[in-house]
Amino acid sequence: MKNLTITSNPYNDDKVVDACSIFGMMDTTGRRFSGKDVIRAIGNMHVRGNGLGGGFAVYGLYPDYADLYAFHIMYLSDDAREEAESFLSCNFRIAHKEEIATKPIRAIKNPPHVWRYFMEVNKQSKTQGQLDDDYVVEKVMTINTGLADAFVFSSGKNMGVFKGVGYPEEIGEYFCLEDYKGYLWTSHGRFPTNTPGWWGGAHPFCILDWTVVHNGEISSYGINKRYLEQFGYQCTMQTDTEVVAYAVDLLVRKHGFSIETLARILSAPFWADIDRMPEDQQKLFRTLRQVYGSLLLNGPFTIIIAHEGEMIGLTDRIRLRPLIAATKDSVLYLSSEESAIRLISPELDKVWIPTGGEPVIARLKSPIHSVRKQVAATKR
Amino acid sequence: MKTYLPSRFLVDRDQSRCIQCQVCVNQCSFGVHSYDASDNLVKANEANCVGCHRCVVFCPTNAINIRKNTLSYRDNYNWRPEAIEDILKQAETGGVLLTGMGSDKEHKNYWDHLVLNASQVTNPSIDPLREPMELVTYLGKKPDMIEIDQKTGTLKTEMPPQIKLSLPVMFSAMSYGAVSLNVQQSLARAATESGTFWNTGEGGLHKSLYKYAKNTIVQVASGRFGVHSEYLNAGAVVEIKIGQGAKPGIGGHLPGEKVSLDVSKTRMIPQGTDALSPAPQHDIYSIEDLTQLIYALKEATNYTKPISVKIAAVHNSAAIASGMVRAGADIIVLDGIRGSTGAAPKVIRDNVGIPIEMALASVDSRLRQEGIRNQASLVISGGIRNSGDIAKAIALGADAVYIGTAALMALGCTCCQQCHTGKCAWGICTSDLALTKRINPEIGAQRLSNLLRGWSIEIKDILGGMGINAIESLRGNRLALRGMGLSDTELQILGVKMVGS
Repeated sequence: MKNLTITSNPYNDDKVVDACSIFGMMDTTGRRFSGKDVIRAIGNMHVRGNGLGGGFAVYGLYPDYADLYAFHIMYLSDDAREEAESFLSCNFRIAHKEEIATKPIRAIKNPPHVWRYFMEVNKQSKTQGQLDDDYVVEKVMTINTGLADAFVFSSGKNMGVFKGVGYPEEIGEYFCLEDYKGYLWTSHGRFPTNTPGWWGGAHPFCILDWTVVHNGEISSYGINKRYLEQFGYQCTMQTDTEVVAYAVDLLVRKHGFSIETLARILSAPFWADIDRMPEDQQKLFRTLRQVYGSLLLNGPFTIIIAHEGEMIGLTDRIRLRPLIAATKDSVLYLSSEESAIRLISPELDKVWIPTGGEPVIARLKSPIHSVRKQVAATKR
Repeated sequence: MKTYLPSRFLVDRDQSRCIQCQVCVNQCSFGVHSYDASDNLVKANEANCVGCHRCVVFCPTNAINIRKNTLSYRDNYNWRPEAIEDILKQAETGGVLLTGMGSDKEHKNYWDHLVLNASQVTNPSIDPLREPMELVTYLGKKPDMIEIDQKTGTLKTEMPPQIKLSLPVMFSAMSYGAVSLNVQQSLARAATESGTFWNTGEGGLHKSLYKYAKNTIVQVASGRFGVHSEYLNAGAVVEIKIGQGAKPGIGGHLPGEKVSLDVSKTRMIPQGTDALSPAPQHDIYSIEDLTQLIYALKEATNYTKPISVKIAAVHNSAAIASGMVRAGADIIVLDGIRGSTGAAPKVIRDNVGIPIEMALASVDSRLRQEGIRNQASLVISGGIRNSGDIAKAIALGADAVYIGTAALMALGCTCCQQCHTGKCAWGICTSDLALTKRINPEIGAQRLSNLLRGWSIEIKDILGGMGINAIESLRGNRLALRGMGLSDTELQILGVKMVGS
C-alpha cells in the first residue's frame, strides 16, 4: 500500500478506533486441529463485530516449510504482484509460491488476490551482521509502505494470517480455513468506528511470527506511539494494535524480556501493589515502570498475543474489556465471551475470569523443535 | 524632587464602619494608613499604596476598599499610562526600573489556547473516587533498556538515582534572603507532608531546615552562596542554576540590608554585605564546562543524587537542552518568560525569553527526535496557575512542574509586585523580622498542602475523564490536547492538532 497512513486512516483521526470479539485456542501438546471450531466460536460472537473486518492467525500451519519465512501478500492488481515478486526475488530465495485457495461467497465483495511464498533470506543482500528477522521486518515495511497495491498480511515461519473485510466466519469460509490445521489459532471480529474497513486493517496484526488480536481502545496511544518512534518504529497504520505489536517486538525481541515481564510492562502493577511485594521484586517492578512507563497500555483493552509455541491473553490493569479463560484437557481457550467456548466445548475442566493485568499464558509442553519434527512426522 | 507620579490606587474608607482600631495602620508596611489622634480619624497616604490588600483582609469591620486610580490620560495606544509613568520614574531616579514577580504583560498564554480530551463511548472514563489513580512520578535519568537476570529473575541493570514525587508538582527555587525562613519552613514542611520537593534557591540551607533534607533540592548558582559538602550531600537533588525565566542572562543582587546574621551564616558571607550573583557561572562559559560542573557535583555526592540543570527558556532552548542532556544532566528545568523573581530589571523581565509552553514542546520534541528523552527528566516552571495548566504541561511532555508564585499565593501573596522593596506586607518576601512573623510555618504548611491536595484530586479527575489511570499515560501524550485560536506554525511547534480535527 503506497500510503498506508491514508489507506488505514482516511479521515486523519488521532487513531483508528475499533472494538471487537476475540478468540484464541491452543493445544499445548502441539496437536494440530482444523479451523472449523475456531470459526464456529468466533461466529458465535457475530454481534460484537460489524462486518468490517475478520481474521485468523494459525501456528504450526506449514510444517513442511517450517524453517522458511512464509509470506501472505495481498494484491489489488496483477501489476502489483509482478512488482512485488521482482522485489522478493531480489531479496529472497523463493522456495515455493502459490495463490491461496479461496471459495467465492456472496458476502465477500471485491476480494484482493492473496498469495503465499516460502522464502529464505538472500544472504548476499543482507548488510553485515544484520539478523535475518531484522532483514525481514525491513523488507515487509518496504513492501507495505513503498509498493502500491501490495500488502504483507504475515511474514513468520510455520504460521500464517488470513484476514479481510467481512465477518470473521465469512472470512474463515472464504479462505477455506476448515481445511487447515494448526496447534494454536487466534481470531478476531472487528467493529471499527471510523474507517470504511480495508483488508490490511483487519486483525490479526502480524510482524514476523508475532500476531496480535485486540479488543479495545488504548487511551495512552499518543505517548505509546511517540515512545516507539524513538526506537525507529513508524506507526503508519495508526491503530492501537500496531502499537501493541511494535511494543512486543521491542520488548521481547530486542530487549529480551520474557512474556511474563512483557505483560507486567504493558499492564503494569499499581504502585501500591508494588509496595507490597518482596524487596527484590519491588526493585524490579519499580524499575520496569520507571523505564518503560511510556509503554503502559492505558485504557480498555484485551489482547491475545501469539508467536511460535506461546499464546498470551492480557487485559488492561482494571479489566475494562472482557476476557474469559478456560481449559479442557490440554487445550486452553481465551475468548471475549464464555458462550463461544461452551459452543465448541460444552464440558470444561476449568473456567475463570483473569483479573485485570494478570496474563494467561499457554505454552507448548515440549520444546518447539521436537514438536516441529513431531508435527511434520504426523503429517507424513 | 517632587514626583509627578499619580498614585496607583485609591483607598476608600467607610467612616461609618471604621472604629479607629488601627489594625490597618499596623498591618500596612508601606506606610499608607496613619491615625490622626486630634481628629480621631484613620487617614491614608494613597501614593504609597501597592494594592496588596493586607489592610482589606485584616480590617475587622470591612471598612476598607482599594480601588484602581482610573485617572484618565488622553488615549494614545503607544503612550499608555504605564509607558508614561515608567519614564517619569526614571526621570526622577536615573536608575534601572526594578520589579518583582513574573511578567505582567499580555504575552500570549498558550495554556488558555489548549483544551484537554475526555472519553466518550469508545472507551470508558474512570471514576477516581472508586478506582486507583496514580500520580507517582520518578525524576532522574532512565536507561534505554534494562536487563533481568534470567536465572534469578532479578534486576541486573543498576538504575541511576531517582527521586519519587507523589504528585508531579514541586516548589521552585526561592532563596533564604529573598523569602523568609518562615516561608522556607512552610514550603519544606508541606513538601515533606505531600511527598514532593522544595528548592533552597541559591541562598544555602538554614541549619534548622536540615531535618527536611530528604525533600529538599539544593541549588548551586553563580554566587555559590552557602555551598559546601554537607549542603550538597543533604539534598535529594543538586540543581545547577544557569538562568531564571524572569531574568535570563542576568545575575542577582540581594541588598546588604537583607543580609541579617542568620542569612549571613547560611550564605557564608559577612553580615550586611550585598550578595551579588554574577550573570554567568564564571566556571561555565560553554557546554563542556557544564559537563565538568555536573560531574564535579556527582563526584562530590558520590553519584547518589540526580543533578538538575535549570535554564531560562530562550530562543535556542531545544539545542541547549540537548547539549545539557549530553553533558550529563539528569533533570532539565526550563523556566519560561512568565517565571517569577524577587527582583529583576523590569525591561528584562518583560522582554527577554519565550513562553514556557513553546519551550517545553520544542525541547521535548527535540530530545525525542534525538532519542535521548529518557536520559533526563523534564521539569518546567514559569506561571503555572492551576491543575489544568499542569495537566496540559504533562501532556506536552513535562515530567513535572515547579510552582513558585502559586505557592506564595497560597501563603497570602496577592502579586502586588513589590518583592524587590523588601516590605512585603504579607511577610513573604522580606527579611524584616516584624513582617516575617506574619507567616506561621504550621499554618503556611497546611495551606500549601491543601493546595497540592486539591490539585492532585483535580488531576486525577482529568486523568479519569480521559480513561487513563496513571500519569505516565498522559505524559507526552499530545493527542490529549487540541489547540484553539492558534496559527499552523504554533500548532506545529506545540505538536497538537486544531480543535475539531
